[in-house]
Amino acid sequence: MLIDWFTVGAQVINFLILVWLLKRFLYKPILHAIDAREQRITAELADADAEKTNAEQERNMLQHKNEVFEQQRAAFLSQAIDEAKAERLRLLDAARQESDGLRAKRQEALRSEQQSLSKALTDRTREEVFAIARKALADLAGITLEERMVDVFLRRLRELDDTGMAGLKSAFKTSPSLMLVRTTFVLSPTHRTIIETAVKEILGAEKCVQFETTPDLVSGIEISTNGQKIAWSIADYLASMEKGIDEMLKTKPKFETRAELKAGQSINEHGA
Amino acid sequence: MHLSPDDTIFWQYGFLKLNATIIFTWGLMFVLAVGSRLVTRRLSTGLQRPRWQNLLEIIVTAISRQIEEVGLRQPEKYLGFLGTLFLFIATASLCTIIPGYEPPTGSLSTTAALAICVFVAVPLFGIKDCGLDEYLRAYLKPTLIMLPFNVISELSRTLALAIRLFGNMMSGTMILAILLTITPLIFPIAISALGLLTGMVQAYIFSILATVYIAAATRTHESRPESEHKN
Repeated sequence: MLIDWFTVGAQVINFLILVWLLKRFLYKPILHAIDAREQRITAELADADAEKTNAEQERNMLQHKNEVFEQQRAAFLSQAIDEAKAERLRLLDAARQESDGLRAKRQEALRSEQQSLSKALTDRTREEVFAIARKALADLAGITLEERMVDVFLRRLRELDDTGMAGLKSAFKTSPSLMLVRTTFVLSPTHRTIIETAVKEILGAEKCVQFETTPDLVSGIEISTNGQKIAWSIADYLASMEKGIDEMLKTKPKFETRAELKAGQSINEHGA
Repeated sequence: MHLSPDDTIFWQYGFLKLNATIIFTWGLMFVLAVGSRLVTRRLSTGLQRPRWQNLLEIIVTAISRQIEEVGLRQPEKYLGFLGTLFLFIATASLCTIIPGYEPPTGSLSTTAALAICVFVAVPLFGIKDCGLDEYLRAYLKPTLIMLPFNVISELSRTLALAIRLFGNMMSGTMILAILLTITPLIFPIAISALGLLTGMVQAYIFSILATVYIAAATRTHESRPESEHKN
């Protein structure tokens, strides 16, 4: 008999025992190890995905920051350029204004110097003219300058035309105040008497004459009453002389003005 | 000359006896259990693992994948039974290269025992998955007339399992013994190598047929959710 039933039963039991043994020592541990490894790999992959996602987010964030930074930098640069241009224009304007101010000051100083020089020349000329005239008159005929001035004044008074004489007379008569005779120099009593007599004789009035010394009169004699005035002085002569000197001085500032214009142009070129 | 290792009896007391089949089976059980215990004592769950663990993982995953390919969706449930069938028969065939060893699968008692285990396991798995009524109703399909044919089919395929494995393993051993008497050089080595291949193929055939039977028993239950899902 090929089949031994005891052996069959024993082999069935042996096989079932082997199934239990292999389940316990082989399949379960191996399957657990595989599952654990798969879970670990899955977790690591999930971590890697999460890290990749984080890295991508950080990369996007950094990229965004870089773009914002670039935009801000460009904006700041543009603003700085605009401010620099505005500052340059402001500085150029300030330099130009300062230059204009300096030029104006210089012109003012020049004008002031010109005026003071003119005044000094006038004073000096007047003094010199007086001195020369006085000396010449004294040397030639023994007459003082004051006498000659009084004579000239009285002669001019007498030589007035009819209209002027009439106006003067009517003003003299209607004036409630005294007739005022102003001179640059102090008149001697003799000269005062002469003038007073001549006035009364010419104007035909009996009013008193009041004498006054005025240095501003620029060397001369002047009578005035009720708005009417007649005078003689060397101011006219001096005025013509002053005009000639002015013309002479005006030629000098022209050269200086050209030089200043050239200096201003060079400043503008440097600023541009 | 004996046809089965059952004839080599080491100890006997009445009905009880210890023959070569049982002894070699214990040896195989010892090798498989102790070997598995030694390898799985320190298992690595990391990417680096010992080569023996790697070998066992390959074997277990290959069996599991094969079960799944046949049609069983949860191979872990059947891995213990079907995997042990394959490993036992394969190890029994592989050990034929050891001199003096006789494979227990060359005994009709062993193959009958394995076939009986399959014969019992198929309805057990079928009833566990489908329920008793559903499983028994499968014998009446497609008509009531098919009931005796289905029962005969169950019995005949169990017998075929046992005889096929016994015949192949016994014939390999017989051919080797005959060749040793005729041409003691070279040819027995070639036949022994061929016997290894035959043993592996028989292990595969036996376990895959058992898988197919179990899959056929549980198919009705598992196909129902799909049809309901399609509807």
